[in-house]
Amino acid sequence: MEVAEEAAGCSLRPFSCEQGLLSRPDGSATFVQGDTSVLAGLYGPAEVKGSRESPDGATVEVLLRPKVGLPGVAERSREQLLRRTFEAVLLGSLHPRTSITVVLQVLSDAGSLLACCLNAACMGLLDAGLPLSSLFCGVTCALDPHGDIILDPTARQEQEAHAVLTFAIDSAQRKVLATTTRGSCSAEEAGLPAPRPISGRGGVAAATRAGSGL
Amino acid sequence: MKETPLSNCERRFLLRAIQERKRLDGRQCYDYRNVRISFGPEHGCCVVELGKTRVLGQVSCELVPPKPNRATEGILFCNLELSPMAAPGFEPGRQSELLVKVNRLIERCLRNSKCIDTESLCVVAGEKVWQIRVDLHLLNHDGNIVDAASIAGIVALCHFRRPDVSVQGKEVTVYSPEERDPVPLSIHHMPICVSFAFFQQGTYLLVDPNEREERVMDGLLVIAMNKHREICTIQSSGGIMLLKDQVLRCSKITAVKVAEITELIQKALENDQKLRKEGGKFGFAESIPNQKITAFKMDSAAVDTNNVEEQAEEIITKADPPSEVFAKPILHTPGTAQIGEGIENAWGDLEESEREEAAEEEGESSTTAFECQRTETEDTSMMNEAKDDPIVLSDSEEEEVVILEPQEVPKKTR
Repeated sequence: MEVAEEAAGCSLRPFSCEQGLLSRPDGSATFVQGDTSVLAGLYGPAEVKGSRESPDGATVEVLLRPKVGLPGVAERSREQLLRRTFEAVLLGSLHPRTSITVVLQVLSDAGSLLACCLNAACMGLLDAGLPLSSLFCGVTCALDPHGDIILDPTARQEQEAHAVLTFAIDSAQRKVLATTTRGSCSAEEAGLPAPRPISGRGGVAAATRAGSGL
Repeated sequence: MKETPLSNCERRFLLRAIQERKRLDGRQCYDYRNVRISFGPEHGCCVVELGKTRVLGQVSCELVPPKPNRATEGILFCNLELSPMAAPGFEPGRQSELLVKVNRLIERCLRNSKCIDTESLCVVAGEKVWQIRVDLHLLNHDGNIVDAASIAGIVALCHFRRPDVSVQGKEVTVYSPEERDPVPLSIHHMPICVSFAFFQQGTYLLVDPNEREERVMDGLLVIAMNKHREICTIQSSGGIMLLKDQVLRCSKITAVKVAEITELIQKALENDQKLRKEGGKFGFAESIPNQKITAFKMDSAAVDTNNVEEQAEEIITKADPPSEVFAKPILHTPGTAQIGEGIENAWGDLEESEREEAAEEEGESSTTAFECQRTETEDTSMMNEAKDDPIVLSDSEEEEVVILEPQEVPKKTR
């Protein structure tokens, strides 16, 4: 996709990060993108209960906690996406029969939450000293009604957009590790090879499969 | 994940230190840790740090039908969550005793003390009232969850702004923040909990225990008070018997601490309000330290150096003179050498021979040590020969019964 021209929406909000701020977890990091802020706390490699232990590698568990209320189905599906991303990057075979727990707490949500979670988790994994095959980052982009791409959208921009896509990209080969979409957009806009339009929330599964084919 | 157990020597050390009126972080018995309050971008969001204990508080509101027996009052709902990141022992979805205890204390402190005017939350009597929900998340557990959570709760409530409403007959219009400025809650007073940990059946008391001190304490006394010296909640747990004047003393200390903390809270709230009004930058992005080293950093702690020289001299005079230094190692067999004789093993009542075996046969495995001991009971001379050659024994232990403490052992002389 040609986004080389300096479109107004292609800049990221100012972001910052702090590592090692909690004393109890093995690794911790907070990532702030504009007004969105996520705190990641990690424990691992640690003991794992008998039924869940895996002799091939570490068992990764992700817990995403919203600020208000109890975690619901949306959090569960995000946890699964995050878990698959971490498993792709973690060298889990170095720590068989152990568990690695990643707890993400939303401190404030002003758009691009999933990307902020991915970034906070990556910095947390680094702080915990866990072996990774590459770093990864999360980026959210929104397709607004005019067809422009906005990177790192705010909550208002996400609401007004007709599609919001989040990508997890690794640092070694700039490959897409995971993607999720909300809303409908054509395949060209999403940068996918197959020209089939992806629509609605049911497109999440299709997008993940197609995205992994990149 | 399991919580790491506290070792006995750590427990003894902590209790001994408390007996000598010393705390691990150098505080005095009645000292609080530093309280740091930071606010998020939205109203009603704050993070409170009490030393290393960190609590996130968020207040939100919703229009709901009121409770049938209180038709003209709003509802205040508090919920504290022990996040799994706060300590390795906290597991998601498990209703532990600690969680229930802390939740009940916070509920009593905030709700039963009537710190918010719930009558002002009524919109349409009997039909619509505001439900104010306080969500507290413990992010890091370094002791004294109750105090940190109570501070976070009251700060979040003071910081929160609810949408403005207007009622025309039966029609209720809720204005968005752009249409009309949100309205703060009406707070009567600010109740703050102060915890006291008791040790040795109430003999020693510490204010604001940290995580290690909490593990060895006998009992806990929590007093929730506001700056007008009114006790909102008082709870003593752990089954320790407290004297009346002890409780009175604690409440006097609480009054002093609450006054200090309330002042700190007011200052923090004023600062944040000023920043927002003047259009300055606020939120969590500003509370991240910039160009500063934060890792492996400790606050300076005062160290008492009175009588240091006298104490050092005392220790030196009482200590035994250093033992003879053996310059030359004794070579028993190739691969087994010995330097010095070592001190006596204080672990248990070992037999004389076992002691000597332990000192000499360092290079050999423990099974062989026991086996040698066994063969030694039969024939001492064989032992002396075997010392020159490496000892090869069969792996199977079922053939012989290995006696760990043989009754009659000929005393071996070096």
